[in-house]
Amino acid sequence: MSLVRDVVRRPWRLAAEATALLVAAVVAFPLYWMVLSAVKPAGEIESTDPRPWTSSPSLDSFRRVFGQQEFGRYFVNSLVVAVSVVIASALIAFLAATAVTRFRFRFRTTLLIMFLVAQMVPVEALTIPLFFLMRDVGQLNTLGALILPHIAFSLPFAIWMLRGFVRAVPESLEEAAYLDGASRARFLWQILLPLVLPGLVATSVFSFISAWNDFLFAKSFIISDTSQSTLPLALLVFYKPDEPDWGGVMAASTVMTIPVLVFFVLVQRRLVSGLGGAVKD
Amino acid sequence: MSRVTAPSGPNAAERRRVRVARGPSRPHGGSRASHPAPRPSAGWTPWLYLAPALLVLGGLLVYPVYQLGLISVLEYTQAQVSGGRPTSFRGLDNYTELFSDDQFWQVLLATVGFAAACVVSTLAVGCALAVLLTRVRALPRLALMLAALGAWATPAITGSTVWLFLFDPDFGPVNRLLGLGDHSWTYGRYSAFLLVLLEVVWCSFPFVMVTVYAGIRAVPSEVLEAAALDGASHWRIWRSVLAPMLRPILVVVTVQSVIWDFKVFTQIYVMTGGGGIAGQNLVLNVYAYQKAFASSQYSLGSAIGVVMLLILLAVTLGYLRLLRRQGEEL
Repeated sequence: MSLVRDVVRRPWRLAAEATALLVAAVVAFPLYWMVLSAVKPAGEIESTDPRPWTSSPSLDSFRRVFGQQEFGRYFVNSLVVAVSVVIASALIAFLAATAVTRFRFRFRTTLLIMFLVAQMVPVEALTIPLFFLMRDVGQLNTLGALILPHIAFSLPFAIWMLRGFVRAVPESLEEAAYLDGASRARFLWQILLPLVLPGLVATSVFSFISAWNDFLFAKSFIISDTSQSTLPLALLVFYKPDEPDWGGVMAASTVMTIPVLVFFVLVQRRLVSGLGGAVKD
Repeated sequence: MSRVTAPSGPNAAERRRVRVARGPSRPHGGSRASHPAPRPSAGWTPWLYLAPALLVLGGLLVYPVYQLGLISVLEYTQAQVSGGRPTSFRGLDNYTELFSDDQFWQVLLATVGFAAACVVSTLAVGCALAVLLTRVRALPRLALMLAALGAWATPAITGSTVWLFLFDPDFGPVNRLLGLGDHSWTYGRYSAFLLVLLEVVWCSFPFVMVTVYAGIRAVPSEVLEAAALDGASHWRIWRSVLAPMLRPILVVVTVQSVIWDFKVFTQIYVMTGGGGIAGQNLVLNVYAYQKAFASSQYSLGSAIGVVMLLILLAVTLGYLRLLRRQGEEL
């Protein structure tokens, strides 16, 4: 891009940079306001004269959140769901992506089209049949009711995205491995897997987010056993339509957002290259 | 963290494009060279690799879709769920009931309009910012990238509550800033939709921005230099070089946005309190949920789900046709 940068004249670049910074500030503002409101003392939050700073930060709202019964448990539940989904769907998708890119077999194209179509299926429309399915297999009110559907729903997209990464591994490498006497399994787990790891990371962002953010399934499938609740429902405890406890809501929101932020910051490099690599195909 | 690495794919992608499927079900004829089969015959191995995926998808996706269709043609309410009365076949009566309900058409219209507005705004903002990213130095780029990643990472439910709070009539900074007094954004139908739209765009433009930016970066600089040497203007470079190369990416982000925005649930549910005053902000997803879980009309809820499924299926088929016309290898 250096060329484009040379061509763009200086004042334009400064204007572009000023715009970029301004947009960044606007985009970041809701998050800033969330954290700010979480540390504001009660009197300042519910003030008709909101100020963009606070002179006396307090952790009262966080105390209220963590003092709520079993909040820590909800947090762990959310984490268990998200991590299980990420690991399971990454492994299953890796195997499937290898099958559809490294082999030519009957129904291969049909399968690919079906994965693409499956990706479009609105998760939410299936809440009703899934509810009865989970009830019939005795998973209602357990974390399994959240983990299983999310694995299924993140698979098609993960397979679709991983294809590009698996394909990018040169075939000669595979031939060399076989010539050296490696078995298929050895090639798969010790050569291919490490090579497509960046792709797996980029893909896992999507499954992590969909599982961590899930609200509908948690609301529909965890109905009577609150010890199996996840964070979104805990957050709503503070958000009562008539008398919302904004401090509590913002503190709980902060707690819920931080793990995803950390995850994103950890993988962001791979995410950008991953998206570029996969989408380019 | 200081810099976003360039996509690693492009060279490999060029190479791959030359390769061609040899499978029996190739999507399109072509005269490209067939590639040699290097390894021992596949046999059952691919199916072994596919087994877990097919098992999970079959049980948790295909079967529920079948069930959805089934429930939508049955009489299925609280009485049947609890086993008090046997389920009975209703044929298409549920659909007749649905289609003769004015509210359904109103909700359908609102869903389509809302999704369209979200897609257009998201794409416009995302693409504009992606281009902007290529025009600035590292620091502003990092700032914008980080802010966008933050918005992207924010869970839908926390995003919803935070935006509600920002626009709160009593304690929110936005009304204060705009001097709107205690104007309620969620009271009016359109202002409530606008508020939800702002939140949706805020949390979904980063995907478009990052993807398109990665796509622009993946364009080899020699190509751009060659174009510039040939005396192509800025606009010309964009129109004749960048846009065609980015087309596949633009198609992907558009389709992805259509799918996501058509099924917005959390934002509407949380921000408008389950569909707004008298259901004025209902979209199909929330409507189906309310029918099924709030009023126990599981059949009607399923029928709405089937309608959604069919609409998204149509979008998918359109996408597939587009892919084929572009001669993409599956």
